[in-house]
Amino acid sequence: MGTIDFYLEVLIPALNKGFFLSVAIIVPSATFGVLIGILVGAGRALGKGWLSRALDLYVTVFRGTPLVVQLTVWYYGLPSISLFLEAHFGEGVRPFSELFRLSPYVAAVVAFSMCSGAYQSEYIRGALLSLKRGQYLAALSLGFSKGRAFWFITVPMALRRAVPGCGNEIIYLIKYSSLAMLVTLSELMGEAKGVASLYFRYFECYMLVALYYLAIVTVATVLLHMLEKRLARPFATGH
Amino acid sequence: MAGPMARGAPDGAPLLEVRGISKSMGGKLLLDDVSLSLSRGELKVLIGPSGGGKSTLLQCVHFLTIPDKGDVLLDGESAREMGKRNICLFRQEIGMIFQDFNLFDHLTARDNVAVALRRVKRLRKAEAHGRALAELERVGLGDKAGLYPAQLSGGQKQRVSIARALAMDPKVMLLDEPTSALDPELIGEVLNVIQSLYEGGMTMLMVTHQVGFARHITKEILFMEDGRITERGSPEDLLAEGSLSRAGAFCSKLSEVTGR
Repeated sequence: MGTIDFYLEVLIPALNKGFFLSVAIIVPSATFGVLIGILVGAGRALGKGWLSRALDLYVTVFRGTPLVVQLTVWYYGLPSISLFLEAHFGEGVRPFSELFRLSPYVAAVVAFSMCSGAYQSEYIRGALLSLKRGQYLAALSLGFSKGRAFWFITVPMALRRAVPGCGNEIIYLIKYSSLAMLVTLSELMGEAKGVASLYFRYFECYMLVALYYLAIVTVATVLLHMLEKRLARPFATGH
Repeated sequence: MAGPMARGAPDGAPLLEVRGISKSMGGKLLLDDVSLSLSRGELKVLIGPSGGGKSTLLQCVHFLTIPDKGDVLLDGESAREMGKRNICLFRQEIGMIFQDFNLFDHLTARDNVAVALRRVKRLRKAEAHGRALAELERVGLGDKAGLYPAQLSGGQKQRVSIARALAMDPKVMLLDEPTSALDPELIGEVLNVIQSLYEGGMTMLMVTHQVGFARHITKEILFMEDGRITERGSPEDLLAEGSLSRAGAFCSKLSEVTGR
Protein backbone atom coordinates (compact mmCIF):
# COMPACT_ATOMS: atom_id res chain seq x y z
CA MET A 1 0.00 0.00 0.00
CA GLY A 2 1.39 3.38 -1.02
CA THR A 3 1.97 6.09 1.51
CA ILE A 4 -0.78 8.35 0.21
CA ASP A 5 -3.29 5.50 0.18
CA PHE A 6 -2.25 4.48 3.66
CA TYR A 7 -2.96 7.99 4.93
CA LEU A 8 -6.21 8.52 3.09
CA GLU A 9 -7.73 5.08 3.45
CA VAL A 10 -6.41 3.78 6.74
CA LEU A 11 -4.81 6.21 9.10
CA ILE A 12 -6.94 9.34 8.76
CA PRO A 13 -10.33 7.53 8.86
CA ALA A 14 -9.13 5.63 11.93
CA LEU A 15 -7.94 8.77 13.67
CA ASN A 16 -11.14 10.62 12.81
CA LYS A 17 -13.11 7.83 14.45
CA GLY A 18 -10.86 8.07 17.48
CA PHE A 19 -11.18 11.82 17.49
CA PHE A 20 -14.94 11.70 18.02
CA LEU A 21 -14.59 9.24 20.88
CA SER A 22 -11.89 11.41 22.44
CA VAL A 23 -14.15 14.46 22.29
CA ALA A 24 -16.98 12.39 23.77
CA ILE A 25 -14.69 11.58 26.70
CA ILE A 26 -13.17 15.05 27.13
CA VAL A 27 -16.29 17.21 27.10
CA PRO A 28 -18.22 15.47 29.92
CA SER A 29 -15.04 14.90 31.94
CA ALA A 30 -14.10 18.58 31.75
CA THR A 31 -17.64 19.64 32.65
CA PHE A 32 -17.93 17.30 35.64
CA GLY A 33 -14.39 18.20 36.65
CA VAL A 34 -15.26 21.90 36.88
CA LEU A 35 -18.51 21.21 38.75
CA ILE A 36 -16.78 18.92 41.24
CA GLY A 37 -14.06 21.53 41.55
CA ILE A 38 -16.53 24.28 42.42
CA LEU A 39 -18.30 22.18 45.07
CA VAL A 40 -15.12 20.76 46.58
CA GLY A 41 -13.22 24.06 46.36
CA ALA A 42 -16.04 25.96 48.06
CA GLY A 43 -16.37 23.24 50.70
CA ARG A 44 -12.66 23.37 51.45
CA ALA A 45 -12.43 27.16 51.49
CA LEU A 46 -15.51 27.74 53.63
CA GLY A 47 -16.39 24.43 55.25
CA LYS A 48 -15.46 23.40 58.74
CA GLY A 49 -14.90 20.18 60.63
CA TRP A 50 -15.46 16.79 59.10
CA LEU A 51 -16.71 18.11 55.75
CA SER A 52 -13.57 20.05 55.05
CA ARG A 53 -11.40 17.17 56.28
CA ALA A 54 -13.22 14.68 54.07
CA LEU A 55 -12.73 16.94 51.05
CA ASP A 56 -9.05 17.38 51.90
CA LEU A 57 -8.74 13.61 51.91
CA TYR A 58 -10.38 13.40 48.47
CA VAL A 59 -7.92 15.91 47.03
CA THR A 60 -4.96 14.21 48.71
CA VAL A 61 -5.90 10.83 47.26
CA PHE A 62 -6.78 11.95 43.74
CA ARG A 63 -3.89 14.36 43.38
CA GLY A 64 -1.44 12.10 45.13
CA THR A 65 -1.86 8.92 43.07
CA PRO A 66 -1.06 8.41 39.39
CA LEU A 67 -4.02 8.78 37.09
CA VAL A 68 -3.12 5.46 35.42
CA VAL A 69 -3.55 3.75 38.78
CA GLN A 70 -6.91 5.46 39.39
CA LEU A 71 -8.15 4.58 35.93
CA THR A 72 -7.23 0.91 36.24
CA VAL A 73 -8.80 0.73 39.70
CA TRP A 74 -12.07 2.13 38.37
CA TYR A 75 -12.15 -0.29 35.46
CA TYR A 76 -10.29 -3.42 36.54
CA GLY A 77 -10.44 -3.07 40.31
CA LEU A 78 -14.08 -2.25 41.09
CA PRO A 79 -15.58 -5.42 39.55
CA SER A 80 -13.85 -7.33 42.36
CA ILE A 81 -16.40 -5.72 44.66
CA SER A 82 -19.18 -7.13 42.49
CA LEU A 83 -17.65 -10.59 42.67
CA PHE A 84 -17.23 -10.31 46.43
CA LEU A 85 -20.83 -9.17 46.93
CA GLU A 86 -22.24 -11.88 44.68
CA ALA A 87 -20.12 -14.56 46.39
CA HIS A 88 -21.33 -13.53 49.84
CA PHE A 89 -24.90 -12.47 49.26
CA GLY A 90 -25.88 -14.55 46.26
CA GLU A 91 -27.20 -13.54 42.88
CA GLY A 92 -29.92 -11.44 44.52
CA VAL A 93 -27.57 -8.48 44.90
CA ARG A 94 -26.91 -8.38 41.18
CA PRO A 95 -28.83 -5.17 40.42
CA PHE A 96 -26.67 -3.48 43.04
CA SER A 97 -23.38 -5.25 42.42
CA GLU A 98 -23.62 -4.52 38.71
CA LEU A 99 -23.06 -0.86 39.57
CA PHE A 100 -19.39 -1.67 40.20
CA ARG A 101 -18.91 -3.08 36.71
CA LEU A 102 -18.25 0.14 34.82
CA SER A 103 -18.13 0.15 31.05
CA PRO A 104 -14.78 1.33 29.66
CA TYR A 105 -16.34 4.64 28.66
CA VAL A 106 -17.95 5.28 32.04
CA ALA A 107 -14.77 4.24 33.86
CA ALA A 108 -12.74 6.71 31.81
CA VAL A 109 -15.15 9.61 32.32
CA VAL A 110 -15.44 8.91 36.05
CA ALA A 111 -11.66 8.62 36.46
CA PHE A 112 -10.92 11.81 34.54
CA SER A 113 -13.72 13.79 36.23
CA MET A 114 -12.63 12.78 39.71
CA CYS A 115 -8.99 13.50 39.06
CA SER A 116 -9.68 16.76 37.26
CA GLY A 117 -12.10 17.82 40.01
CA ALA A 118 -9.36 17.47 42.61
CA TYR A 119 -7.10 19.83 40.67
CA GLN A 120 -9.91 22.24 39.75
CA SER A 121 -10.88 22.53 43.41
CA GLU A 122 -7.44 23.94 44.15
CA TYR A 123 -7.95 26.77 41.63
CA ILE A 124 -11.43 27.52 42.96
CA ARG A 125 -10.27 27.39 46.57
CA GLY A 126 -7.39 29.75 45.81
CA ALA A 127 -9.72 32.19 44.06
CA LEU A 128 -12.18 32.15 46.97
CA LEU A 129 -9.42 32.74 49.49
CA SER A 130 -8.02 35.63 47.44
CA LEU A 131 -11.26 37.59 47.76
CA LYS A 132 -11.51 40.21 50.40
CA ARG A 133 -14.04 39.41 53.09
CA GLY A 134 -15.18 43.01 52.90
CA GLN A 135 -17.28 42.49 49.79
CA TYR A 136 -19.11 39.61 51.43
CA LEU A 137 -19.70 41.79 54.50
CA ALA A 138 -20.96 44.58 52.26
CA ALA A 139 -23.47 42.17 50.73
CA LEU A 140 -24.67 41.10 54.18
CA SER A 141 -24.99 44.76 55.16
CA LEU A 142 -27.35 45.25 52.21
CA GLY A 143 -29.62 42.51 53.50
CA PHE A 144 -28.35 39.51 51.53
CA SER A 145 -28.61 36.22 53.39
CA LYS A 146 -25.31 34.35 53.74
CA GLY A 147 -26.24 31.88 51.00
CA ARG A 148 -27.34 34.53 48.52
CA ALA A 149 -24.32 36.71 49.26
CA PHE A 150 -22.13 33.72 48.46
CA TRP A 151 -24.00 32.80 45.29
CA PHE A 152 -24.60 36.25 43.81
CA ILE A 153 -21.48 38.10 44.96
CA THR A 154 -18.67 35.76 45.96
CA VAL A 155 -19.05 33.08 43.28
CA PRO A 156 -19.05 35.42 40.25
CA MET A 157 -15.98 37.21 41.57
CA ALA A 158 -14.16 33.98 42.38
CA LEU A 159 -14.94 32.29 39.05
CA ARG A 160 -13.38 35.18 37.14
CA ARG A 161 -10.20 34.76 39.10
CA ALA A 162 -10.24 30.98 38.66
CA VAL A 163 -10.82 30.86 34.88
CA PRO A 164 -7.15 30.91 33.77
CA GLY A 165 -6.21 28.10 36.17
CA CYS A 166 -9.27 26.03 35.35
CA GLY A 167 -8.58 26.45 31.64
CA ASN A 168 -5.08 25.17 32.17
CA GLU A 169 -6.42 22.05 33.86
CA ILE A 170 -8.80 21.43 30.95
CA ILE A 171 -5.83 21.53 28.57
CA TYR A 172 -4.12 18.88 30.73
CA LEU A 173 -7.28 16.82 30.68
CA ILE A 174 -7.35 16.82 26.87
CA LYS A 175 -3.91 15.26 26.85
CA TYR A 176 -4.36 12.76 29.65
CA SER A 177 -7.57 11.56 28.02
CA SER A 178 -5.16 9.52 25.85
CA LEU A 179 -4.82 7.17 28.84
CA ALA A 180 -8.34 5.90 28.08
CA MET A 181 -6.62 3.55 25.68
CA LEU A 182 -5.56 1.52 28.73
CA VAL A 183 -9.16 0.54 29.47
CA THR A 184 -9.68 -0.73 25.92
CA LEU A 185 -11.18 2.45 24.46
CA SER A 186 -10.25 3.13 20.85
CA GLU A 187 -10.01 6.85 21.19
CA LEU A 188 -7.37 8.85 19.30
CA MET A 189 -4.37 7.24 20.93
CA GLY A 190 -5.94 3.78 20.85
CA GLU A 191 -6.65 4.02 17.13
CA ALA A 192 -3.15 5.33 16.41
CA LYS A 193 -1.57 2.47 18.31
CA GLY A 194 -3.78 -0.09 16.58
CA VAL A 195 -2.94 1.16 13.09
CA ALA A 196 0.74 1.61 13.94
CA SER A 197 1.25 -1.95 15.09
CA LEU A 198 -0.87 -3.43 12.33
CA TYR A 199 1.05 -1.65 9.54
CA PHE A 200 4.33 -1.25 11.42
CA ARG A 201 4.28 2.50 10.75
CA TYR A 202 4.91 3.89 14.19
CA PHE A 203 6.49 7.17 13.23
CA GLU A 204 3.73 8.44 10.92
CA CYS A 205 0.90 7.26 13.14
CA TYR A 206 2.25 8.86 16.31
CA MET A 207 3.31 12.05 14.57
CA LEU A 208 -0.14 12.49 13.09
CA VAL A 209 -1.91 11.71 16.35
CA ALA A 210 0.29 14.36 17.97
CA LEU A 211 -1.04 16.86 15.40
CA TYR A 212 -4.62 15.85 16.23
CA TYR A 213 -4.05 16.54 19.91
CA LEU A 214 -2.33 19.80 19.07
CA ALA A 215 -5.37 20.82 17.02
CA ILE A 216 -7.80 20.01 19.84
CA VAL A 217 -5.70 21.90 22.35
CA THR A 218 -5.45 24.88 20.01
CA VAL A 219 -9.22 25.04 19.57
CA ALA A 220 -9.72 24.68 23.34
CA THR A 221 -7.18 27.44 23.99
CA VAL A 222 -8.98 29.80 21.64
CA LEU A 223 -12.36 29.02 23.24
CA LEU A 224 -10.99 29.50 26.76
CA HIS A 225 -9.38 32.74 25.72
CA MET A 226 -12.70 33.98 24.36
CA LEU A 227 -14.38 33.05 27.62
CA GLU A 228 -11.69 34.83 29.62
CA LYS A 229 -12.12 37.92 27.49
CA ARG A 230 -15.89 37.87 27.85
CA LEU A 231 -15.63 37.66 31.61
CA ALA A 232 -12.79 40.17 31.84
CA ARG A 233 -13.34 43.25 33.95
CA PRO A 234 -10.97 46.11 34.52
CA PHE A 235 -9.55 45.01 37.85
CA ALA A 236 -7.30 47.42 39.66
CA THR A 237 -4.29 45.80 41.22
CA GLY A 238 -4.62 45.51 44.95
CA HIS A 239 -8.33 46.05 45.25
CA MET B 1 -38.74 61.07 55.31
CA ALA B 2 -38.30 63.27 58.35
CA GLY B 3 -37.08 66.72 57.38
CA PRO B 4 -34.42 68.67 59.20
CA MET B 5 -37.15 70.26 61.27
CA ALA B 6 -37.97 66.89 62.79
CA ARG B 7 -34.41 66.57 64.05
CA GLY B 8 -34.26 65.58 67.68
CA ALA B 9 -38.02 65.69 67.80
CA PRO B 10 -39.20 65.38 71.38
CA ASP B 11 -41.38 62.35 70.60
CA GLY B 12 -39.41 60.42 73.15
CA ALA B 13 -38.20 57.10 71.75
CA PRO B 14 -34.89 57.22 69.87
CA LEU B 15 -34.73 55.74 66.35
CA LEU B 16 -31.65 53.66 67.13
CA GLU B 17 -30.78 52.47 70.57
CA VAL B 18 -27.67 50.52 71.45
CA ARG B 19 -27.97 48.90 74.85
CA GLY B 20 -24.94 47.65 76.75
CA ILE B 21 -23.10 45.91 73.96
CA SER B 22 -20.04 43.80 74.80
CA LYS B 23 -17.93 41.75 72.45
CA SER B 24 -14.81 39.67 72.92
CA MET B 25 -12.74 38.10 70.20
CA GLY B 26 -9.71 35.89 70.61
CA GLY B 27 -9.81 36.39 74.35
CA LYS B 28 -9.63 40.18 74.04
CA LEU B 29 -12.46 42.39 75.19
CA LEU B 30 -13.13 44.68 72.22
CA LEU B 31 -16.35 46.30 73.40
CA ASP B 32 -17.18 46.77 77.04
CA ASP B 33 -20.79 47.65 77.82
CA VAL B 34 -21.28 50.31 75.15
CA SER B 35 -24.57 52.21 74.98
CA LEU B 36 -25.69 55.07 72.80
CA SER B 37 -28.79 56.28 71.05
CA LEU B 38 -29.68 58.29 67.97
CA SER B 39 -32.82 60.33 67.49
CA ARG B 40 -34.38 60.66 64.09
CA GLY B 41 -32.26 62.92 61.89
CA GLU B 42 -29.40 63.06 64.35
CA LEU B 43 -25.74 62.62 63.45
CA LYS B 44 -23.25 61.52 66.06
CA VAL B 45 -19.53 61.32 65.54
CA LEU B 46 -17.38 58.60 67.02
CA ILE B 47 -13.69 59.37 67.39
CA GLY B 48 -10.79 57.70 69.09
CA PRO B 49 -7.52 55.89 68.55
CA SER B 50 -7.25 52.87 66.24
CA GLY B 51 -7.95 49.58 67.94
CA GLY B 52 -10.32 51.32 70.31
CA GLY B 53 -13.30 49.32 69.07
CA LYS B 54 -15.01 51.82 66.75
CA SER B 55 -15.30 49.51 63.73
CA THR B 56 -16.31 46.57 65.91
CA LEU B 57 -19.00 48.74 67.46
CA LEU B 58 -20.45 49.64 64.04
CA GLN B 59 -20.41 45.99 62.97
CA CYS B 60 -22.16 44.99 66.19
CA VAL B 61 -24.75 47.76 65.79
CA HIS B 62 -25.41 46.30 62.35
CA PHE B 63 -25.41 42.74 63.71
CA LEU B 64 -22.83 41.85 61.05
CA THR B 65 -20.92 40.73 64.10
CA ILE B 66 -23.20 39.36 66.78
CA PRO B 67 -22.42 40.99 70.12
CA ASP B 68 -21.89 38.71 73.14
CA LYS B 69 -24.08 40.85 75.33
CA GLY B 70 -26.48 43.70 74.80
CA ASP B 71 -29.02 44.54 72.14
CA VAL B 72 -29.74 47.00 69.37
CA LEU B 73 -33.19 48.47 68.88
CA LEU B 74 -34.22 50.05 65.62
CA ASP B 75 -37.54 51.87 65.82
CA GLY B 76 -38.21 49.89 68.99
CA GLU B 77 -37.55 46.51 67.37
CA SER B 78 -34.94 44.33 69.01
CA ALA B 79 -32.29 42.78 66.75
CA ARG B 80 -31.73 40.08 69.36
CA GLU B 81 -35.31 38.88 69.08
CA MET B 82 -35.28 38.57 65.32
CA GLY B 83 -34.82 35.15 63.82
CA LYS B 84 -32.12 34.31 61.31
CA ARG B 85 -34.42 35.29 58.49
CA ASN B 86 -35.47 38.64 59.90
CA ILE B 87 -31.97 39.69 60.80
CA CYS B 88 -31.46 40.22 57.04
CA LEU B 89 -34.40 42.63 57.09
CA PHE B 90 -32.91 44.38 60.11
CA ARG B 91 -29.58 44.78 58.31
CA GLN B 92 -31.36 46.02 55.22
CA GLU B 93 -32.75 48.93 57.22
CA ILE B 94 -29.29 50.05 58.24
CA GLY B 95 -26.85 51.26 55.61
CA MET B 96 -23.13 50.68 56.11
CA ILE B 97 -20.31 52.61 54.48
CA PHE B 98 -16.90 51.00 54.74
CA GLN B 99 -13.49 52.60 54.84
CA ASP B 100 -12.28 50.71 51.78
CA PHE B 101 -15.59 50.87 49.89
CA ASN B 102 -16.04 47.11 49.39
CA LEU B 103 -17.60 47.60 45.98
CA PHE B 104 -18.29 44.47 43.94
CA ASP B 105 -15.47 44.76 41.43
CA HIS B 106 -17.08 42.60 38.74
CA LEU B 107 -20.13 44.87 38.48
CA THR B 108 -20.54 48.33 36.98
CA ALA B 109 -21.41 51.27 39.21
CA ARG B 110 -25.06 50.86 38.21
CA ASP B 111 -25.12 47.14 38.93
CA ASN B 112 -23.31 47.64 42.25
CA VAL B 113 -26.33 49.69 43.29
CA ALA B 114 -28.89 47.50 41.51
CA VAL B 115 -27.76 44.05 42.59
CA ALA B 116 -29.29 44.20 46.07
CA LEU B 117 -32.46 45.80 44.68
CA ARG B 118 -32.84 42.79 42.42
CA ARG B 119 -31.61 39.96 44.63
CA VAL B 120 -32.79 41.21 48.02
CA LYS B 121 -35.76 43.46 47.28
CA ARG B 122 -36.64 41.35 44.22
CA LEU B 123 -37.38 44.34 42.01
CA ARG B 124 -37.65 43.79 38.30
CA LYS B 125 -34.54 44.51 36.26
CA ALA B 126 -35.77 47.72 34.65
CA GLU B 127 -37.09 49.02 37.94
CA ALA B 128 -33.85 48.24 39.76
CA HIS B 129 -31.78 49.88 37.06
CA GLY B 130 -33.96 52.99 37.13
CA ARG B 131 -33.65 53.28 40.89
CA ALA B 132 -29.89 52.67 40.71
CA LEU B 133 -29.44 55.46 38.19
CA ALA B 134 -31.50 57.81 40.35
CA GLU B 135 -29.29 57.06 43.37
CA LEU B 136 -26.14 57.56 41.32
CA GLU B 137 -27.52 60.92 40.15
CA ARG B 138 -28.11 61.82 43.77
CA VAL B 139 -24.41 61.42 44.57
CA GLY B 140 -23.43 63.15 41.33
CA LEU B 141 -22.33 60.06 39.40
CA GLY B 142 -25.12 59.67 36.84
CA ASP B 143 -22.55 59.80 34.04
CA LYS B 144 -20.38 57.04 35.56
CA ALA B 145 -23.07 54.34 35.71
CA GLY B 146 -21.38 52.13 33.12
CA LEU B 147 -17.91 52.16 34.64
CA TYR B 148 -16.38 49.44 36.79
CA PRO B 149 -14.98 50.23 40.25
CA ALA B 150 -11.41 49.94 38.96
CA GLN B 151 -12.16 52.80 36.56
CA LEU B 152 -13.34 55.16 39.29
CA SER B 153 -11.37 57.38 41.66
CA GLY B 154 -11.47 56.67 45.38
CA GLY B 155 -13.95 59.46 46.01
CA GLN B 156 -16.21 58.20 43.23
CA LYS B 157 -16.03 54.65 44.58
CA GLN B 158 -17.09 55.85 48.02
CA ARG B 159 -19.97 57.80 46.49
CA VAL B 160 -21.10 54.68 44.61
CA SER B 161 -21.05 52.78 47.89
CA ILE B 162 -23.17 55.52 49.46
CA ALA B 163 -25.63 55.28 46.55
CA ARG B 164 -25.67 51.49 46.99
CA ALA B 165 -26.62 51.85 50.66
CA LEU B 166 -29.20 54.58 50.00
CA ALA B 167 -30.98 52.47 47.40
CA MET B 168 -32.13 50.13 50.16
CA ASP B 169 -33.95 53.03 51.90
CA PRO B 170 -32.11 52.65 55.20
CA LYS B 171 -33.42 54.33 58.31
CA VAL B 172 -29.93 54.79 59.68
CA MET B 173 -26.50 54.99 58.09
CA LEU B 174 -23.32 53.81 59.76
CA LEU B 175 -20.17 55.33 58.29
CA ASP B 176 -16.86 53.71 59.16
CA GLU B 177 -14.12 56.20 58.36
CA PRO B 178 -15.59 56.92 54.93
CA THR B 179 -12.74 59.23 53.92
CA SER B 180 -9.71 57.56 55.50
CA ALA B 181 -8.69 55.68 52.36
CA LEU B 182 -8.98 58.76 50.15
CA ASP B 183 -6.39 61.19 48.79
CA PRO B 184 -6.79 64.56 50.50
CA GLU B 185 -8.22 66.26 47.41
CA LEU B 186 -11.00 63.66 47.12
CA ILE B 187 -12.20 63.89 50.70
CA GLY B 188 -14.30 66.99 50.07
CA GLU B 189 -16.60 65.40 47.49
CA VAL B 190 -17.50 62.57 49.88
CA LEU B 191 -18.01 64.89 52.85
CA ASN B 192 -20.30 67.05 50.69
CA VAL B 193 -22.50 64.05 49.98
CA ILE B 194 -22.62 63.18 53.68
CA GLN B 195 -23.46 66.79 54.52
CA SER B 196 -26.34 66.82 52.06
CA LEU B 197 -27.66 63.51 53.43
CA TYR B 198 -27.61 65.04 56.89
CA GLU B 199 -29.45 68.07 55.65
CA GLY B 200 -31.99 65.74 54.08
CA GLY B 201 -32.73 64.30 57.52
CA MET B 202 -30.74 61.05 57.47
CA THR B 203 -29.84 59.59 60.86
CA MET B 204 -26.15 58.76 60.98
CA LEU B 205 -23.42 57.39 63.20
CA MET B 206 -20.04 58.29 61.76
CA VAL B 207 -16.53 57.24 62.68
CA THR B 208 -14.14 59.86 61.36
CA HIS B 209 -10.85 61.58 61.91
CA GLN B 210 -12.05 64.69 60.04
CA VAL B 211 -12.16 66.84 63.14
CA GLY B 212 -13.07 70.01 61.31
CA PHE B 213 -16.02 68.37 59.60
CA ALA B 214 -17.13 66.70 62.82
CA ARG B 215 -16.94 69.97 64.70
CA HIS B 216 -19.34 71.79 62.43
CA ILE B 217 -21.78 69.00 61.62
CA THR B 218 -22.48 67.24 64.90
CA LYS B 219 -23.95 68.23 68.23
CA GLU B 220 -22.43 65.29 70.07
CA ILE B 221 -19.04 63.64 69.85
CA LEU B 222 -18.42 60.23 71.42
CA PHE B 223 -14.82 59.45 72.29
CA MET B 224 -14.00 55.80 72.29
CA GLU B 225 -10.96 54.10 73.77
CA ASP B 226 -10.22 50.53 74.90
CA GLY B 227 -13.69 49.36 73.95
CA ARG B 228 -15.58 51.97 75.96
CA ILE B 229 -17.10 55.34 75.32
CA THR B 230 -15.09 57.35 77.79
CA GLU B 231 -16.24 60.86 76.94
CA ARG B 232 -19.27 62.36 75.28
CA GLY B 233 -20.31 65.92 74.73
CA SER B 234 -20.69 68.76 72.28
CA PRO B 235 -17.71 69.69 70.11
CA GLU B 236 -17.54 73.01 71.93
CA ASP B 237 -17.11 71.32 75.28
CA LEU B 238 -14.78 68.52 74.25
CA LEU B 239 -12.64 70.26 71.69
CA ALA B 240 -12.40 73.78 73.07
CA GLU B 241 -8.96 75.40 73.34
CA GLY B 242 -7.49 74.38 76.64
CA SER B 243 -10.03 71.63 77.23
CA LEU B 244 -8.66 68.87 79.44
CA SER B 245 -10.62 66.11 77.71
CA ARG B 246 -8.90 63.07 76.15
CA ALA B 247 -10.92 63.79 73.04
CA GLY B 248 -9.54 67.31 72.87
CA ALA B 249 -5.96 66.11 73.24
CA PHE B 250 -6.52 63.40 70.63
CA CYS B 251 -8.06 65.80 68.12
CA SER B 252 -5.43 68.49 68.54
CA LYS B 253 -2.80 65.84 67.89
CA LEU B 254 -4.72 64.79 64.76
CA SER B 255 -4.87 68.40 63.58
CA GLU B 256 -1.13 68.80 64.13
CA VAL B 257 -0.46 65.76 61.96
CA THR B 258 -2.94 66.47 59.18
CA GLY B 259 -3.00 70.24 59.35
CA ARG B 260 -6.80 70.23 59.49
